[in-house]
Amino acid sequence: MNVSVPINYTQAESDLIDRFEQRKADLPGSVAVAALREAAIRQLREKGLPHRRVEEYKYSDLRAFLKSAAPLAEKAKLEDLESILSNQNVFGDLDRYRIVIANGAFVAGLSDVEDLAKEGVTVSSLQDALAGETGAQLLTMPKTGQDDGIVALNTAFVQGGAVIVVREGADLSKPVELIQVATSSGSQAVRNSISVGKGAKLRLLETFVGDTGDGELNTVFDYTIEDGAALATTRLITGKVSTARLFTSIATVGAEAEFKSLGFIAGSRFARNQQFVNFTGENSEAKIYGVTMAGGEDLADQTLIVDHAVPHCNSREFFKTVLDGRSKGVYQGRINVAPHAQKTDGEMMTQALLLSEEAEMANKPELEIFADDVICAHGATSGQIDEDLLFYLRARGIPEDEARTLLVLAFLSEAIEEYDEEDVTEGLEERVRDWLAGH
Amino acid sequence: MPAVQETIDKVKAIDVDQYKYGFVTDIESEKGAKGLSEETVRFLSAKKSEPEWMTEWRLDALRRFQQMEEPTWARVSYPKIDFDDLYYWAAPKSVEGPKSLDEVDPELLETYAKLGIPLAEQEILAGVEPKNRVAVDAVFDSVSVVTTFKEELKKAGVIFCSISEALREYPDLVKKYLGSVVPVTDNFYATLNSAVFSDGSFVYVPEGVRCPMELSTYFRINEQNTGQFERTLIIADKGSYVSYLEGCTAPQRDENQLHAAVVELVALEDAEIKYSTVQNWFPGDKDGKGGIYNFVTKRGDCRGKNSKISWTQVETGSAITWKYPSCILRGENSRGEFYSIAVSNGHQQIDSGTKMIHLGKNTSSRVISKGISAGKSENTYRGLISAHRKASNARNFTQCDSLLIGQDCGAHTVPYIESKNASAQFEHEATTSKISDDQMFYCLQRGLSEEEAVALIVNGFVKDVIQQLPMEFAVEAQKLISISLEGSVG
Amino acid sequence: MLEIKNLHARIAEDETEILNGINLTVNPGEVHAIMGPNGSGKSTLSYILAGKDDYEVTEGEILFNGENMLEMEPDERAAAGMFLAFQYPIEIPGVATMEFLKTAMNAQRKARGEDPLSIPDFMKRVKAAASHLNVSMDMLKRPLNVGFSGGEKKRAEILQMSLLEPKLCVLDETDSGLDIDALRIVSEGVNKLRSPERAMVVITHYQRLLDHIVPDVVHVLSKGRIVKTGDKDLALELEKNGYADYVDTAA
Repeated sequence: MNVSVPINYTQAESDLIDRFEQRKADLPGSVAVAALREAAIRQLREKGLPHRRVEEYKYSDLRAFLKSAAPLAEKAKLEDLESILSNQNVFGDLDRYRIVIANGAFVAGLSDVEDLAKEGVTVSSLQDALAGETGAQLLTMPKTGQDDGIVALNTAFVQGGAVIVVREGADLSKPVELIQVATSSGSQAVRNSISVGKGAKLRLLETFVGDTGDGELNTVFDYTIEDGAALATTRLITGKVSTARLFTSIATVGAEAEFKSLGFIAGSRFARNQQFVNFTGENSEAKIYGVTMAGGEDLADQTLIVDHAVPHCNSREFFKTVLDGRSKGVYQGRINVAPHAQKTDGEMMTQALLLSEEAEMANKPELEIFADDVICAHGATSGQIDEDLLFYLRARGIPEDEARTLLVLAFLSEAIEEYDEEDVTEGLEERVRDWLAGH
Repeated sequence: MPAVQETIDKVKAIDVDQYKYGFVTDIESEKGAKGLSEETVRFLSAKKSEPEWMTEWRLDALRRFQQMEEPTWARVSYPKIDFDDLYYWAAPKSVEGPKSLDEVDPELLETYAKLGIPLAEQEILAGVEPKNRVAVDAVFDSVSVVTTFKEELKKAGVIFCSISEALREYPDLVKKYLGSVVPVTDNFYATLNSAVFSDGSFVYVPEGVRCPMELSTYFRINEQNTGQFERTLIIADKGSYVSYLEGCTAPQRDENQLHAAVVELVALEDAEIKYSTVQNWFPGDKDGKGGIYNFVTKRGDCRGKNSKISWTQVETGSAITWKYPSCILRGENSRGEFYSIAVSNGHQQIDSGTKMIHLGKNTSSRVISKGISAGKSENTYRGLISAHRKASNARNFTQCDSLLIGQDCGAHTVPYIESKNASAQFEHEATTSKISDDQMFYCLQRGLSEEEAVALIVNGFVKDVIQQLPMEFAVEAQKLISISLEGSVG
Repeated sequence: MLEIKNLHARIAEDETEILNGINLTVNPGEVHAIMGPNGSGKSTLSYILAGKDDYEVTEGEILFNGENMLEMEPDERAAAGMFLAFQYPIEIPGVATMEFLKTAMNAQRKARGEDPLSIPDFMKRVKAAASHLNVSMDMLKRPLNVGFSGGEKKRAEILQMSLLEPKLCVLDETDSGLDIDALRIVSEGVNKLRSPERAMVVITHYQRLLDHIVPDVVHVLSKGRIVKTGDKDLALELEKNGYADYVDTAA
């Protein structure tokens, strides 16, 4: 529709527009990048922040939630950064490489650039790349997700990030942790571009530490998985952010490739993990998992669109949500099968466990199918802890609290175990226990 | 329930043309002025000698309608409807209102005979067990032309008449319940209907009465450029039971005809309403020309404890179907059911499903939806299951399956499942597949032709829903599904 | 009745050659057994006879009562009297076995220009055939093959065979998944159908079925060709010595 209704901007929308005017001169990038930023902010001016009347945001009204928008974070001080990194460690002593993004910008000095180079991985700065000739491409290359309000917001403000290129055939000896840090309060807009060359394998851990204060976090990952390549990416949306925490994945999956991801959300005031997966080559597979925990007044949203544009691809989506307090869980998943994408096999399951009287779950598993020779299915359940099971455990002498913990852990672990990345299983289950003990 | 053999034979005897009801009845008719205006509404209301409050009610709806925008969320596309280019009133000239059978124009009776409706009482009486009789209210364009078995129903205390008659004879009942389930401003088409509804059926089953026969309405659109806007209101008082059947047909025409009905059901304590529909409006020709635009609001309110409302629908016709028969489960222990078969072929677009709104404690619902898409059609299931804060122990089970025949059609599933109560247990399953090559080959090896094999497998696919239909409808429904899928293979 | 001449065939999708020149003549009243190791092409042969389009005939011909069978659709072959008892009978949810039987019988009658069966006549036939095969009415009310045990599925196949009264019966590994008792019931059902007008092709991996259904002729199939033909004693010899000799011969 071409009806344009003049918007009464919310405080947050005004803040964002003002912020753009103030900062646009010193945001990184070429003239073409600046034009993209202008176009993105125009989208905000015309449509406002995504709200409940936009179908994709029906249950996660960002416009209503975001009361204000804090200025962008300033450059991190090295001593603050080092102190946070030495004190906060999500994956314990797991052997891994590290790439550091601090207050929105890539920090080469603290990243294992040289060691990774030896394994066939080049890591460079996105803020530098944006200034180059192909800078604009970094923001427009993936076609899916471009209309999304959160992605547009990211484009308008992107400060920096990492560009990671895994050479053809490389098979890294250990996983890579891409750690995003806040050393001071302020908003962050980060974009990471990751490409896994033909036949190469990469395991990525995406974490966040620090405190953005009243600043929102908006991070976009753009993955290109070339033919025969495999990417497994574990994303932890944890830690303290008192405002919106927005994560987007845009994955382009080539032929005979594998994309595997697990999005882990624990205790965020407003978290949205949205993923756009696009198959461009045949005989590929995507396995997408979600483990969500929310309590108090939290809202946790896992949104997913899998586009089967070519034949002979499989996708499996498995999402688990546990809700306590007055929290709200959202799962929106859609499998699209384009005409001629025959022999598609898509299977989606979403299950929610409600621990309190006032928690709410909204499940919206969708199928959109235009090819006939397909097998697609989805399932959704929601309910509470099985009282019979609970009684059984207690009858065996297990105290009620412990029995509940056990059952919740068992419920969430199903997704973690099917994700089947041994390196992280233990760490994730530990985070589940932390949440259960402390939320 | 045993079948009325006559009905079955009649259905069997009907020649399976692509669209068997595509004849036009040549009958003189009276039309109101074209266009949607206060004048149209007043004319219509006057024509029906409605009480003043009813006229005001309609005018209020019209004013609200003029402020509303046509919804765009459904997966259907069609050229914009010009509401000022339609007639809102058309009636066969010889009939001013429902009369006894003897006075009805024989041409009309002929039409309904062609449709296979056992309209004439004597015809039905012949050789049929009394308990299997069906009382029929026949609606032709804008008016109800005849209602059968009225006297006999009256003896049981059941009121079954056209809504126009009910407005005259039982204004208090109508006033109490009309718009109480589907409010005037509920949605674009319901509001339009509220302003201009022409006729429809009214049923009231008093406390403790089990309606002695099936009640049925047959709707037929005959006139050109005429919208049909019927309004049905069924009230089942405490502890009563009624089963209601609805059938729809229209002649084959090049232009699209608009149909925007509203059906409201109210079930009080311990009451049960079973509402079955076989919708076979003209679906348009093989190039997608013509056909009915069917925008229908159907909603049932389980108002009392232990009440139950069950919707069963077989949707084979219409160019566009936009329809979500729903249940508001307000009373404790109340139950809602939705059984649906939606078959689309040619250029048909179906966006249909249900809403089960759990408000009361221990409410339960069950949704079984079977979608079959063929040709170049689009078939969408759209459903909402929601448990509100107080709906402790609410239960829902949903199964929605889609079957694709051919590679130019689409099948879509859009469920919304919202739980605001921890003790609510919801289960939802959906699958999409095609008829397997192995099943086809097996049937062919046993000597079935491709079309026979498809019909057999599809009938198996929809069996769970067919079983919910009264026998007379079940046979017709199976036949209709086969006809609708003709030419979809090979 | 059935004449197969120099039949070559391959899988349509990937062009893998399966049959490499089969010659076989089956006369009315005869029972032929086709034995062979896994992958020799036994099941392929049965599917090609029934007309499954996963396979492509590249050379040769099949005559059924003098007619070119390869030009007929699967349902035309069925109406002409060709019946395949599937190794893995297919499940059809929601379609009661009884309903399926009626549909199939009447479809074939229609194709042959005969009137459909009356309900009482149909019921009489089904009941008679079912009792011989120990098939209960309850089983007939259940959806075709859905949730049937291995034995029930095979009995249902033979029940269909007896009701459809084919001229040529092809039994594909009918003994697989059967215990001794089920094997006996199924075999008795098959033997009842032996007649001077009817021919049978029994495909099996093991000799034990042939103790119950005694063949007139035994063929050994290996790598898509018949490498040896003999009488029923050939089956016993295979049982003792295995297929090794014949596999090598063909190589």
